[in-house]
Amino acid sequence: MRINLNINGTQQAFEITPEEKLLDVLRREGYMGVKKGCGSGDCGACAVLFNGHAVNSCLVFAAKADGAEILTVEGLAKGRALHPIQEAFLSVGAVQCGYCTPGMVISTYDLLSRTPDPSEQEIREALSGNLCRCTGYVKQIEAVKKAAALLREDSHDA
Amino acid sequence: MTHDHKTFDVVGKSLRKVDGVALVTGKPEFVADLQLPNTLHVKILGSKLAHAKIAKLDVSDAEAMPGVACVLTYKNTPPTRHTTAGQGYPEPSPYDTRMFEQKVRFIGDRVAAVAAETEAIAEAAIKAIHVEYEELPAVLSMDEARVEGAPVIHDEADSTGIYDAAHNIVADVDIDVGDVEKGFTESDLIVEQTCETQYAQHTPIETHVVLSYLDNADRLVLRTSTQVPFHVRRIVAQTLGIPMRDIRVIKPRIGGGFGTKQEVLLEDVAGWVTLQTGRPAFLSLTRQEEFAASRTRHPMRIRVKLGAKTDGRLHAIEMEATSNTGAYGSHGLTVLANTGSKTLPLYNKAPNAHFYGQAVYTNLAVGGAYRGYGATQGYFPLETAMDELAERLKMDPIELRRLNHIRVGETSPIFEKLGEGREGVSQTVKSCEMDRCLELGAERIAWAKKRGRRERDGSWVHGLGMAIMMQGSGIPEIDMAAATIKMNEDGSFNLLMGATDLGTGSDTILAQIAAEVLGVPLEKMLVTSSDTDFTPFDVGAYASSTTYVSGMAVQRAAEKVREQILDVAAPLLGDAAEGLELKHEAVRAANGSSVSLARVCQRAMYESDQFQIAATASCVPTESPPPFLANFAEVAVDTETGLVRVLHYVAAVDCGVAINPQLAEGQMEGAIVNGIGYALTEEMVLSSNGRVRNPTLFDYKIPGILDLPKLEILLVESYEPTGPMGAKSVGEIGINGPIPTIANAIYDAVGVRLTETPFTPERVLTALRSKERAG
Repeated sequence: MRINLNINGTQQAFEITPEEKLLDVLRREGYMGVKKGCGSGDCGACAVLFNGHAVNSCLVFAAKADGAEILTVEGLAKGRALHPIQEAFLSVGAVQCGYCTPGMVISTYDLLSRTPDPSEQEIREALSGNLCRCTGYVKQIEAVKKAAALLREDSHDA
Repeated sequence: MTHDHKTFDVVGKSLRKVDGVALVTGKPEFVADLQLPNTLHVKILGSKLAHAKIAKLDVSDAEAMPGVACVLTYKNTPPTRHTTAGQGYPEPSPYDTRMFEQKVRFIGDRVAAVAAETEAIAEAAIKAIHVEYEELPAVLSMDEARVEGAPVIHDEADSTGIYDAAHNIVADVDIDVGDVEKGFTESDLIVEQTCETQYAQHTPIETHVVLSYLDNADRLVLRTSTQVPFHVRRIVAQTLGIPMRDIRVIKPRIGGGFGTKQEVLLEDVAGWVTLQTGRPAFLSLTRQEEFAASRTRHPMRIRVKLGAKTDGRLHAIEMEATSNTGAYGSHGLTVLANTGSKTLPLYNKAPNAHFYGQAVYTNLAVGGAYRGYGATQGYFPLETAMDELAERLKMDPIELRRLNHIRVGETSPIFEKLGEGREGVSQTVKSCEMDRCLELGAERIAWAKKRGRRERDGSWVHGLGMAIMMQGSGIPEIDMAAATIKMNEDGSFNLLMGATDLGTGSDTILAQIAAEVLGVPLEKMLVTSSDTDFTPFDVGAYASSTTYVSGMAVQRAAEKVREQILDVAAPLLGDAAEGLELKHEAVRAANGSSVSLARVCQRAMYESDQFQIAATASCVPTESPPPFLANFAEVAVDTETGLVRVLHYVAAVDCGVAINPQLAEGQMEGAIVNGIGYALTEEMVLSSNGRVRNPTLFDYKIPGILDLPKLEILLVESYEPTGPMGAKSVGEIGINGPIPTIANAIYDAVGVRLTETPFTPERVLTALRSKERAG
């Protein structure tokens, strides 16, 4: 079957089979920033923004995504200019192996698009579906706080 | 040459990771991100039984399926005995493993593998393989292993390096210092503690994964998620019986390791498929397969006995350990040895010590290297016994540690007696800020104010605990690392090294060391690591070795290059060529004149006495300076449900000079949180027939962000004179902290000593109830 997806702002059509998951289709089509950690919705490494909400793409049938707007980590930077969330993750040292990072970044994007000035508890809840085994999360909380500040500055400047 | 660490330009700075932009933008840098045309997908069929002979194996239906390229079994693969443990050669682990074998020894053990056009076809073909097992009685616990008449797990004649195969004993370690029995007789006070630890798994978010293919010279390329690329090359060559020169191993970015990728787990199968078919082969474990059939932390039972004088000085220490290595002996001996060798030297004041231990086979999940490597298990009984001793002495636990811990200028006979599964190497401690760690940590957690108060908040009771520990920095006189640096005519440098970055940031900190020596900013160091064709040898990332051992190799290579640069610069500076130093991308003379590095290299490449400015250097460490750690935790225990919450955790660590403080903190934070999971929630639950019952990240509970306590890392720097830029190590030590620290805090809160991990509500509640009953 054929589905239409808007991925990172580009409308595309893909041939898929009915049992395929969105994660596998995205990776097959080259969006390798979407990572597979468990395939059962437990780790969050495959999180993408799906019509404006972060979802685990391993739990979504690709067929159900027909017509959806998808944002993956690849869609955030503008050329060589990092998105403020990416900038924040890097500058506070929230990236170790980097395998969970794309999912974390997407969850952060989701949070900050609704809650520009989140409390620490709100940050924790927003990232609670993203497992990380390297960092211990301390610097990721810091990164989200910093990203929020950077984004607020940006919107202020604009 | 030594450096005054106050004058560092690049070292000691929290610079961004050199691979950070690629990672944060989701570039396709990981093994599974590279897709090659015509790739075969490989799946492995695991054993359904814990112990069996394969009576009949019929793969004809699978082979006949359209899209199946080949099926591998014991009948068509090399039978070479080897170890999967990626250790230095000759490996201290037994050669007790074959690629495939007619006997299976745990649920999940390899029976066959299928390579097919798609993953779906491979899965379907796996189901079409017909296996008839002849079930054998199984050893399903550590206790059954050595019982007379127990089933013999490795009864084959061709395995080597097993201590006593007939009694399922992989390894046996027994060392003495002084006379421990006499020591106990002479002691005023004896404390004894027996603790048991669980099966736990590393759970890197990226499971084991490998892509193999043939290059343009028909050599086998293994692009693999490994901590040990050079050991992979050697062990795969040995296993497959092909010349090592025909193998190239590349480690790209990898999604964490923590020890489980110090194991050659998949490369032989993917490689064999490629050799048989000429096609690329991709093999990745599902999370369930990772749980069932990769590696674990060796569960142990350890008894510690302490003898002390009334003033608190330790007079005798005994540690006796039984380690469960599962179906294969991977790291069996060395993890066991480290249980003693990385713990007992901490209390070097005791003139009498005894370590005795055995590692036993069972028909259960296989042990392996896991961050902390035995020390994590050993510190549980040792540090909870120290807590008990402090109480019996009516002494502050911090004071008891102060009185007994090893200090600068001191040694421990254990260093020499017990090493990496053999004799060790004697050494004197040259840097130790343990006292300062204790002081700062106690202050931060408000030890004096909060401990022993048992503050109540409804059914919750608060308590404080502490524990101290050491680790090592590499394996002395065994580990080796090498690095090559070559200069380019724009004043940049290629840093080529075997060292293996698992996400730790070692590419970055090693480049910082080189940049420091060469007087350039970090961006002038172009890092290539972990490619057996293009980088010099390095044993890989384990044993807390990378900063200390690979770092020293990098520093030496940089120093050699610096000498070459100075030689070329001298004629350019003419009469001024005195007191030359490299700083700010130039060679600077004492009189202020200078010549840029780019100019120096241009001369060497294009003008006069032309040559490539480049050097290679190696490091084989002669000692293993310990980092030191003082842990403090405040917990709350719910006396109604038994739930334990860690509220505040302080880890004060002396890792020498932190080459990159942010990355050093990150190592500590990650290790502590992993340790908290190990202490409270993580446990592989086994069914009565040996099956892992919770093989998902939903049922095997690793800490999430909601579980994170207030966590503070204090980097209490020392200067290690034998280390690169004064550095020691920081990768492993943190994970040893949470179990004893939390156990001691629980005791402070509710007066029960937990001796079995994890400290689940059931265990806590049971302990509370039995204490109540005892009155």
